[in-house]
Amino acid sequence: MSTTDIGTLRGVAAERQIAPIEAEPVAPSSPADPAWSNMKAPDARSQSSSAVAVTNGRRALKVFLSNPNALFGTGFLALVIIIAFIAPILYPDDPLSMVGRPFLWPGQNPDFPLGTDSLGRDVLAGILHGSRISLFVGLTATALGLTFGVLVGSVAGYFGGWIDDALVRLIEIFQTLPSFVLLVVLVAIAQPSATTVTLAIAVISWPTVARLTRAEFRAIREKDFVMAARSLGYGHMRIIFREILPNALPPIIVTSSVMVATAILMESALSFMGLGDPNVVSWGSMIGTGRELVRTAWYLTALPGLAIVFTVLALNLIGDGLNDALNPRFSQDR
Amino acid sequence: MAPLLQVDNLTIRFPRAEPVRDLSFDIGQGETLAIVGESGSGKSLTALALMQLLPRAAKVASGRIAFGGRDLLKLDAREMRHLRGRDIAMIFQEPMTSLNPVMTIGRQIAEVLKVHERLSGRAASERAVELLKLVRIPAPEKRVDDYPHQLSGGMRQRVMIAIAVACKPKLLIADEPTTALDVTIQAQVLDLLDTLRRELQMAVVLITHDLGVVAQWADKVVVMYAGRKVEQALPGDLFNNPLHPYTRGLLAASPRLKNDFHYRDGALSEIPGSIVSAAGEAGCPFRPRCAQARASCGHHVPQLTVPAPDRLVACPFTSPIKAVPHAAALSL
Amino acid sequence: MPALVRIGRTLRRTLLQAIPTVLGIVILNFFLLQLAPGDAADVMAGEAGSATEESMAALRSRFGLDNPVLVQLGHYLNNLAHFSLGFSPRYGMPVADLIAQRLPGTLTLMAVALLIAILLGVILGSLMATFAGRIPDRLLSIFSLLFYSIPSFWIGLMLIVFFSVKLGWLPSGGAATIGSRLTGWPALLDKARYMVLPATSLALFYVAIYARLTRASMLEVKNQDFVRTAYAKGLTPFGVTARHILRNALIPITTMAGMHIGGMLGGAVVVETVYSWPGLGRLAFEAVMGRDFTVLLGILLLSSLLVIIANAAVDLVHAWLDPRIGAR
Repeated sequence: MSTTDIGTLRGVAAERQIAPIEAEPVAPSSPADPAWSNMKAPDARSQSSSAVAVTNGRRALKVFLSNPNALFGTGFLALVIIIAFIAPILYPDDPLSMVGRPFLWPGQNPDFPLGTDSLGRDVLAGILHGSRISLFVGLTATALGLTFGVLVGSVAGYFGGWIDDALVRLIEIFQTLPSFVLLVVLVAIAQPSATTVTLAIAVISWPTVARLTRAEFRAIREKDFVMAARSLGYGHMRIIFREILPNALPPIIVTSSVMVATAILMESALSFMGLGDPNVVSWGSMIGTGRELVRTAWYLTALPGLAIVFTVLALNLIGDGLNDALNPRFSQDR
Repeated sequence: MAPLLQVDNLTIRFPRAEPVRDLSFDIGQGETLAIVGESGSGKSLTALALMQLLPRAAKVASGRIAFGGRDLLKLDAREMRHLRGRDIAMIFQEPMTSLNPVMTIGRQIAEVLKVHERLSGRAASERAVELLKLVRIPAPEKRVDDYPHQLSGGMRQRVMIAIAVACKPKLLIADEPTTALDVTIQAQVLDLLDTLRRELQMAVVLITHDLGVVAQWADKVVVMYAGRKVEQALPGDLFNNPLHPYTRGLLAASPRLKNDFHYRDGALSEIPGSIVSAAGEAGCPFRPRCAQARASCGHHVPQLTVPAPDRLVACPFTSPIKAVPHAAALSL
Repeated sequence: MPALVRIGRTLRRTLLQAIPTVLGIVILNFFLLQLAPGDAADVMAGEAGSATEESMAALRSRFGLDNPVLVQLGHYLNNLAHFSLGFSPRYGMPVADLIAQRLPGTLTLMAVALLIAILLGVILGSLMATFAGRIPDRLLSIFSLLFYSIPSFWIGLMLIVFFSVKLGWLPSGGAATIGSRLTGWPALLDKARYMVLPATSLALFYVAIYARLTRASMLEVKNQDFVRTAYAKGLTPFGVTARHILRNALIPITTMAGMHIGGMLGGAVVVETVYSWPGLGRLAFEAVMGRDFTVLLGILLLSSLLVIIANAAVDLVHAWLDPRIGAR
């Protein structure tokens, strides 16, 4: 239940530099060097993080498309998205309404291929409709968290000084609060609904992005092309958004797919605990309801859980694929 | 007497390239052999092949590496481990990163003694202090507990040397040992290496791109280009009479060999092109960059010929023994 | 520099840095409490069953709820300084006591889960790094990604179905057999049996994280020059891995382990509700159900402190592992 992206070790290394660690006094070290800065080529980090960015987009796409895992992930995610769109057409009725005899096991009645729950609700209809809330919350919360995190991180990393100090403190506070506990508190206070759940997940997910963006900005702002832009008298906004941000994007892109996965897991955990939107069927709430009957009708718990697992797995496979494609330094060992 | 190390027709192969081709050289006990070439010429890979520490993708495709009468390529992993660090030791180019950052230098020196001489912990650390003294590190009793980041580059390279000579090896391979160091430190480190060579009667393979180093410290020089030996000579002969066009180019591009050189005297000459352009070409690998190239150079790789005693050259169009103007300024 | 000096300096620096964070968290906590619907007076009135406007006002002034916000913040800070987190009418006891009662359960669960996660993760990660790019690595990579994608509450329920319901090997909930009079080893064994499933459910996600992290970190270290030096000394591959690679690779792993303590606390909340494990998470769940915000925010505050302490501990381990830290 963490929003930390595990794919980009490099990002983490840079993140820890918030409390600067004296690394190699003799070696030429910039503040954004990782703590264990004794890698082979001192410029390997900068090469992998920035120079690759836009110019190698085509190459990255090629690498991504030649990765079977990533393709499987993309395919499955596309399927889930399609399902989310056509669920209301396939099952126009409210999935929370009773449609059949309760406790039908999967396969017992061809009208309800995945069976019915204790109230006679169609499990398949629930799972198909449940994809809507999962994707909605996952994508919206990530979009919000990304926007805010990138803004905060780029301002902190670009300007430095007291703005940076203050923002780093803020990030620190949010990263210290256990994110899921904070999430529970926020949703409990604000009353659960799709909107509050989404906003609350965005609130707990922005600090990771902010840290990552800040670390990238700190590394890139010292680069020659940024110096050149500055000497040309470009404004701060132009330098931030046109010069630095495109080069800082690869790790942020990788993180975003993992953020969607994490947001979906968070939403399902909240719904499981009864803190989801009560008017919408969600995979987590289906598990929560099925839980009481896990001894007898375990399929009620197993099936929506599999939906979560495969959707999240698809997103993580995409994240891995993106990491390999955008961060060649790690993929060369594969 | 048979040479200590004899390399015959060594070829190193990567899946898509052969960075070292058909390389032969030998070295006697207590001798210093210099292997000279620019980066990419295969000299570092040759060194790693001697240690049997090639990267996983690289394989020795053919050849023989005889060390004290045994072919290293036929030894199994365990036998090779017993040689490494004890009979054959190696110093690397980057003293900054070649030491383990989380281990004191004393323990890093002691480690090799524990492995090969089965010394106890205390005996090994006492020897570590002696070795630090041997490589002229001041206050060795204190320094032995330092971590690498507390030492300067020159000091770290001395520690590397201490590790390498700890078991009194018969052969020391030094892969660009001074390239990463300040110019003032370079001479000190090379001087130390030379002293230790005499004291411990080691043979040294000195790998370098710096002809100044070769002039002063080597007994014998092998010039490599694109994975092949293009010239071999005693250092005096090489500097007075470079035969291969590549060697001549190297000498002309080397400012430190001209004592009275000043930049106002004119630009240093450079060898046009890069070593990459040699890959995949038929014929002489140096042809694309050679000023004297002729049509016939593209037909086949030139064979090594013996124009004079103790000399080899791989170019059929070398003008016989003619003084190069600036070579007179060399103090050898 | 001796390791102890290094660790001492790190401790001082870490504690100094934690002060503004703690303050920020406390203030945030206070405002969240202000935002929560209903105050203590409402809750107490609700418990009493009926209340008039006057009695509510009296209650409010008794608890200082009618003071300006800043004064209330002062009271709140003052209370905190005396380790008072407020009073829970539902449980009829101070929140601090309530939390202190439940804390050991959560800490034990987390400690066991963390141990499993780090041990298994480092072993699997080392295997993956050793076989990088080959079949064992690919298989384990997919498995770790799968573990990484499974919600802990769901795998918890599935483990119950399999090991408690179908096989009957392990208990499905609670922390010890109720009413048992076991002592000594049998009691410990009994507790361990109850621990297996919750700890495993919580650990799986982190096994995946640490395995992937160890893999990446070891591959990174493997390519460094000092590893080649170690081989050149004539060390065995095992010796090189154990003495040179692993120790360096552990440095980023400890950092990440620290960053995941907070996440693990969150995971414990969910897992405890699945297994009715008597800990903070279960308490948080009950507080949510009962809309008992004093308790809920007390838990938030305390778990944040736990994270800070854990981070400080990680920094110390870090300083011990890496001599370059605190060299100033």
